Amino acid sequence: MSSSSVLYDHPGPRAKIRNAVLSVVFGVGLIALLWWIYTKFDQAGQWEARLWEPFTESTTWTQFILPGLWATLKAAAVGMVLSLAFGLIFAVGRLSERWWISVPAGAVVEFFRAVPLLLMIFFVFYGVPFLIKGPVSAFWAVVIGLTLYNGSVLAEAFRAGIRSVPGGQSEAAYAVGMRKSQVMRLILIPQAARAMLPIIVSQLVVLLKDTALGYIVAYPELMQRGINDLSANYGNIIAAAMVVAVIYIIINSLLTALAGWLERRTGTRRVRVPRQKRPVAADSTIVEPQG
Amino acid sequence: MDIFTDPTNIDAYVSGFLWILKLTGASAVCALVLGVLLAAMRVSPVPVLRGFGTAWVNIFRNTPLTLVIFFCYFGLYSTLGLSLADDLNLNNFWLGVVGLSVYTAAFVCEAIRSGINTVPTGQAEAARAIGLSFAQTLRIVVLPQAARSVVAPFGSVLIALCKNATIVGTIGLVEASTVMKDLINSYGNAVILIFLVFAGTFAAFLIPTGYFFGWLANRLAVKR
Amino acid sequence: MRIKRAAAIAAVGALSFAMTACGGDSETGSSGSGATGIVGKAESQKKLVVGVKADQPGLGLQTGSQYEGFDVEIAKIIAKGLGVEESGIEWKTTTTPNREPFIQQGTVDLVVATYTINDERKQKINFAGPYFIAGQDLLVKADSPITGPEQLEGKTVCSVSASTPAKRIQSEYPKAKLQQFDSYSKCLPLLENGQVDAVTTDDIILAGYAAQSQYAGKFKVVGKTFSEEPYGIGLKKDDKAGCEKVNEILRAAASDGSYKAAWDKTLGSSGKAAPELDTSKLTNCGSV
Repeated sequence: MSSSSVLYDHPGPRAKIRNAVLSVVFGVGLIALLWWIYTKFDQAGQWEARLWEPFTESTTWTQFILPGLWATLKAAAVGMVLSLAFGLIFAVGRLSERWWISVPAGAVVEFFRAVPLLLMIFFVFYGVPFLIKGPVSAFWAVVIGLTLYNGSVLAEAFRAGIRSVPGGQSEAAYAVGMRKSQVMRLILIPQAARAMLPIIVSQLVVLLKDTALGYIVAYPELMQRGINDLSANYGNIIAAAMVVAVIYIIINSLLTALAGWLERRTGTRRVRVPRQKRPVAADSTIVEPQG
Repeated sequence: MDIFTDPTNIDAYVSGFLWILKLTGASAVCALVLGVLLAAMRVSPVPVLRGFGTAWVNIFRNTPLTLVIFFCYFGLYSTLGLSLADDLNLNNFWLGVVGLSVYTAAFVCEAIRSGINTVPTGQAEAARAIGLSFAQTLRIVVLPQAARSVVAPFGSVLIALCKNATIVGTIGLVEASTVMKDLINSYGNAVILIFLVFAGTFAAFLIPTGYFFGWLANRLAVKR
Repeated sequence: MRIKRAAAIAAVGALSFAMTACGGDSETGSSGSGATGIVGKAESQKKLVVGVKADQPGLGLQTGSQYEGFDVEIAKIIAKGLGVEESGIEWKTTTTPNREPFIQQGTVDLVVATYTINDERKQKINFAGPYFIAGQDLLVKADSPITGPEQLEGKTVCSVSASTPAKRIQSEYPKAKLQQFDSYSKCLPLLENGQVDAVTTDDIILAGYAAQSQYAGKFKVVGKTFSEEPYGIGLKKDDKAGCEKVNEILRAAASDGSYKAAWDKTLGSSGKAAPELDTSKLTNCGSV
């Protein structure tokens, strides 16, 4: 069912009136609720100018919010690259016919999908130094935690993607004399990757949000710098949190929009590189991360 | 290793995971109800409801849960004065449930919406043809069929919810991750053992849950 | 408890071993080559990287591109004593969990960041000082009747989760209700609107908050400490020479008035008079 409008008839005169009434009632209720929240915040003095003035000063942005945002983006970007590599290696590993590769790969993926990220970041920061006899920086604690978790999620998505490539593709590849590694590298992964693009981007949104968990090892990301450190100066913690929330929503909405665009693009099967006849990739409907 | 034989530590461990279970249970129920309502709004004929549903999903899916829970404490409780229980821990618990529910509901809503998309168009058309209203079409024909295909995504959402429950520790509820942090602070040289016990407990709960939902999804799958 | 004792014994063993093994290194470092030790680095490069807190008003607070507070002033005194100009100091934000790693990795040369000297930390790094003896205390509203921790029964106290002050409240005053967050700046608005009755941590940190302009006159520090937290200056574990030099600088600062000036410039506005720097309590820099 592609469009939700099949669920109801084109509204007639009565339905139009009913919808209008419902709209007005719900709309008024919503506005009343928002107004109530606004006045309560007003009574609590949350709109006072002294709480919001810091955001008109350039140092607030150049010294707190932008460096925090940069740290967030940096951890997310490095985490994403490593997650992709981790996901690819473990997806292929789990599909291996040799049990001594597929079983450990499966166990690793299952384990890291089941452990809360908070625990993992915490462990990498405080526990791993005991193993490697040297300190781990907060940045790497966050990035490694993100990689293990998101890499495992991506591994499962890749596995589903590789399996969704029609069987004829690999049969044909074997028939022309390719080895197993060649089939995987040249035939299966490129086709699966195209169908996987939207989920890769939506996982990036998850990853970006999860950098906020870096607070547990005091990684100076957007929430730490923009909320805790900034409000230590001005005592405007709620105002600061609102500003930071808006920044997150804008960035993640852009990424979500990118995911939607990619999905539509791959969904219409427009071949980007027309240099040769590409085999048709699987539909992009298998991209839900299962678990 | 007498960390896990000391009764105070055992108590802390048990109560930490009990909080996680309670948070997961209560939030799962609330998020499911809220998510179904939101999904109904998003496919409804009333534009304001559709807009509300869309806005909800976009706001909560794009905000870190840590911030959502922060706003539950500092917005709902501290500023709006909404106290959900007299006891400090219970109040934090319920504020945590609110945060987890509104956040998770956005994901439940999206799972249901993509589930609705798997129901063949003919089903809804036939329902309308025999004169069923929007609510009836959704309740009697579409949602029951969609339910089968949302089992697997629901499994993922539930597992994510259980793991996310650890974030309620940021508003002071002493759940499993806070207990782990506490123990590591007092037994600095047994970090690895402590981590393995806590991570292992999560894995012991969640890996079977994942397989159960996978099995259920296979069993209920509509072969088309 | 058995573990802790075993760890302590092992630590002492390791410490004395490390001290004897590495003592020679820092000697050569301080002789001007600048390879190891802060004395050598200050001499050859005229630069120091100092780790301070960014979110503790009155002690170490980042205000835009500047840092200010008592810890910051102490760091300036030390830098001056080592022959480094103020412009040669590079400030770096440190937080409670990353202080030891920063010193061990060499990300910073010195840490002056409300750093309580204790045995566990001494296993990893060296401490000069203490330059201040703090103690756990309570911050309450100016008109609050609370005069000490024993009156906390049934009251709500705010602190940082899994921190030493929070744990002390839990174990010694279990009838108090404890609200925990990841930073003290979250406790302050709650104290202001009465949703918590007290905030607890070291008295000097509380004084820093009480002296902030937006809270001026609203809060008071109860002034009845119930623990002892000697604040030290963290350095690399093998930098014994640097540690001794810092102690020497502190001794001079106590007598020439610069210590008092540092206090008056920062925490003085909290209304608390400058304390005496007790130079007899300075550490032996890891000598056994």
